[in-house]
Amino acid sequence: MRKNVVVRFCGDSGDGMQLTGNLFAQLGAELGHEISTLPDFPAEIRAPQGTLGGVSGFQVELGAEVYTPGDKADVIVAMNAAALKVCTLGSHFNHPQAHFDEDFSLYHRHAVVIVDTDALGEKDLEKAQYHTDNPFTELGIPESVQIVPVALTTLTKEALKDSGLDNKSMLKSRNMFALGLVCWLFDQPMDKAIHLLEDKFKKKPALVAPNTKVMVDGYNYGQNLALSVNQIRLESCPQPSQECKGAYTSIAGNKATAWGLIAAAEKAGKRLFLGSYPITPATDILHELAARKDMNVMAVQAEDEIAGVCTAVGAAFAGDLACTSTSGPGLSLKSEAIGLAVMAELPLVVIDVQRGGPSTGLPTKTEQTDLMQAIYGRNGECPAVVLAASSSANCFDFAYEACKIALENMTPVILLTDTYLANGTALWRIPKLAELPEIKPQSVPEELKGKYNPALRDERGVRYWAFPGMEGYQHRNIGLERDAERGTISTNPENHEQMVLARKRKVEQVADQIPELKVIEAKGGKAAAKDVLLVGWGSTEGHLHAAANELGCDLAQFNYIHPLPKNTREVLSQYKRIIVCELNTGQFAAYLRSQLPGLPIEQYNEVQGQPFAVERIVHFVKSSVG
Amino acid sequence: MEAQDFKSDQYVRFCPGCGDHAICMSLQKAMAQIGIAPHNIAVISGIGCSSRMPHYLNAYGFNTIHGRGGAVATGVKTSHPELTVWQMSGDGDCLAIGGNHFIHEIRRNVDLNVCMFNNRIYGLTKGQYSPTSPKGFVSKSSPFGTVERPFIPAELVLGARGTFFARTLDVDMPTTVDCLVAAQQHKGCSIVECLVNCVIFNNGTHAWIADREQRAEHSIVLKHGEKMIFGKDKDKGLAVEIDPQTFVPRIIIVAADDPRVLTHDAHQQDPTLHRLLALMGQNRIERVNTEDVTDELPIALGVIRNVEAETYDEAVNRQIADVRAKAKAKTFDELTATLEQW
Repeated sequence: MRKNVVVRFCGDSGDGMQLTGNLFAQLGAELGHEISTLPDFPAEIRAPQGTLGGVSGFQVELGAEVYTPGDKADVIVAMNAAALKVCTLGSHFNHPQAHFDEDFSLYHRHAVVIVDTDALGEKDLEKAQYHTDNPFTELGIPESVQIVPVALTTLTKEALKDSGLDNKSMLKSRNMFALGLVCWLFDQPMDKAIHLLEDKFKKKPALVAPNTKVMVDGYNYGQNLALSVNQIRLESCPQPSQECKGAYTSIAGNKATAWGLIAAAEKAGKRLFLGSYPITPATDILHELAARKDMNVMAVQAEDEIAGVCTAVGAAFAGDLACTSTSGPGLSLKSEAIGLAVMAELPLVVIDVQRGGPSTGLPTKTEQTDLMQAIYGRNGECPAVVLAASSSANCFDFAYEACKIALENMTPVILLTDTYLANGTALWRIPKLAELPEIKPQSVPEELKGKYNPALRDERGVRYWAFPGMEGYQHRNIGLERDAERGTISTNPENHEQMVLARKRKVEQVADQIPELKVIEAKGGKAAAKDVLLVGWGSTEGHLHAAANELGCDLAQFNYIHPLPKNTREVLSQYKRIIVCELNTGQFAAYLRSQLPGLPIEQYNEVQGQPFAVERIVHFVKSSVG
Repeated sequence: MEAQDFKSDQYVRFCPGCGDHAICMSLQKAMAQIGIAPHNIAVISGIGCSSRMPHYLNAYGFNTIHGRGGAVATGVKTSHPELTVWQMSGDGDCLAIGGNHFIHEIRRNVDLNVCMFNNRIYGLTKGQYSPTSPKGFVSKSSPFGTVERPFIPAELVLGARGTFFARTLDVDMPTTVDCLVAAQQHKGCSIVECLVNCVIFNNGTHAWIADREQRAEHSIVLKHGEKMIFGKDKDKGLAVEIDPQTFVPRIIIVAADDPRVLTHDAHQQDPTLHRLLALMGQNRIERVNTEDVTDELPIALGVIRNVEAETYDEAVNRQIADVRAKAKAKTFDELTATLEQW
């Protein structure tokens, strides 16, 4: 019995690895396991077949107490020679002399490696840049690894020989044979898997029968293997606590983000407007919202990133819940218009699904490198609220929260997610709208009719919101500096300073509305725990939580970046060592040092376009001395 | 309603003698004539002299950032098609930094009324050449004269599949008011090129038509359904001739009583003739050195093109209504109920 297990599906980018992995993850989730997934694919839509650059991977961890998709796999499915090489050599796949090495290989010394022997021919090995005809020896795969050679291609064709399908269509189902085999390996029931498959292909019913046949044949093939391979049994999950009871589904971060916006619009009684432009890895948000016309969503695919945010600013001016979605390069392009929303004091939600940068960078990889851009990356003194989601599922909560803060405080809110959260899936407890916090969009008191101007504020310093169509509140809003009393254009020096501070205070007072920082305490509450605090923000929560558990130390994970929770200094100052871990060269650490000077802040950073590996964090903390 | 009802309480800060004063007054008159209440009007602008216009109009106004007025206006109109939305822009704001938004609002046919003030210069940054400055134009940023070919705005509008194009001149207020009213009545993206004089940095740029006497000879005000006759004695007319060798059509001047004189049809879907009309006289202004220009065709003012086509804002809102009418799930809770869940 295992508590949890990590499986990686790996093949050509056309082999359907993402679909296979997702189905397996969803099956696990339906069977009551926790899941965390990591799709890892190349930027090319179809790289040359069989080459190292075209390898697409999907990793999933399932079981109990799952925090991450796992550092290394226990089970590998390699659909071809290139995939076998990439899994075995990891980031070293281009090094001619590299061998299996537990430092960089993507699986453990005792892993099970299922490999399609039909895809290890002379041509396949040549395309994957092997120098000998024995890939296993050449890669130095140790004997402790259990290789399961399966003639996937032949067996798939055999399974479909009476289907009437042509050769090409038959080969497309190879991934289902692999899925069936993996289902057998984990003793997962076939009936649920078949049900999932039917649901997946409900729009293409002709594909259900052949794919089901291949998957079931894969499962049965596993039963015949039983003598040579041991099945892996997972512990079943503990019953959920009372507050966690409810309906669950698995959801990807981008979809959760889109749905958070939808829920917020309905709760606030506002029309949801999205202005966006296609950009990896944020585009799924646009896809989802363009499809949600049933929810009355207005999604405009604009002519460029700038128009994406500007149409949203227009919709905010006209009284809607306005959003724009993008990734790093797009956030750069939008920065002037975000400044306009800051100056005009309009509610605007900006979603930045971070990717590897700078410039075009690593479009399909994950990174936390837009933090400084989000906090500071605009001309002038230009404060905005910055939030960060920390799991694929809580992308929903923070998208909702971003809308609430924007509408109630007349400010742009930038929500940071990233490739890892956006494409990864996690278990999501489906909320009812009634359970979600109230949203009361800023409005304007009746007595200001005929006397309104856009500089008038409430006692919190939040300006009143009147918009076209409201009789008696006509006004001129501007990106120019405005007079603090009359709301008209002003170049007066004292007035400018007064307005700069008014906008700053308005964002700072949001700290009164957000929850206090709570540390995630070390498992078992060890006495020594107050020595070390791991600090992270956003998407690294799972990895840092797992590392903290292993280290027996506490973790402070930030979702509220700007403003920071009010008790931040109070919490952090209790620890001797504060180690800020992030996927950049130290942006949050620098920000904390500037906001809370004098704290003993150390850093652990990685910038490889990949999520953290828990073992590396643990190793760093253990080997470094405070 | 009176023009007075559309004046804001702001002091008008255009330079004395600037053509924008005249357009401002024409706008207030046109808005009164149209009769839509101020609170249902949104006037969106970018940056530039012309983009100050929202401050002087009693309506909802938004003076945004350089070049982006078109995108902001698209957001306002798309989210709230019930509003009347005007966009105030200039030759730099619209055709240089905002060029992409300009062609796309036209392509999508968003129901906006766009006043594009063309003074062929950057005024607010104190005198640099613009995308409509004639080739060879000397300015602070082109001390030896520009080497660039200018845009002819009408050509750009038609190239972007424009459904409405009008041209007017600051000092010709009656034609301006007519054009602005027609722009509002047209459903779709209406572009009104307002030729304005920059008294400080490009004084006299439209002098060849600004003077009353000259204007009669050098311009023609096109009116749908009316014969194309011009000249101070109304003695000249316009006709089309097709070159027998190249089959290229061109406009020619004939006597006013010639049976070939054209009758203006602004509603013609085919833009060929609209383009020929809109390009008349442009060879006199596309370069500084016009000594070799012998063409005597008048520049066309008035509504040159005015055709019907589905508007983006209407189409996208209708699509949402159609989907919603058939949808089983219309609320968040109904949506989540459709999920595969356990």
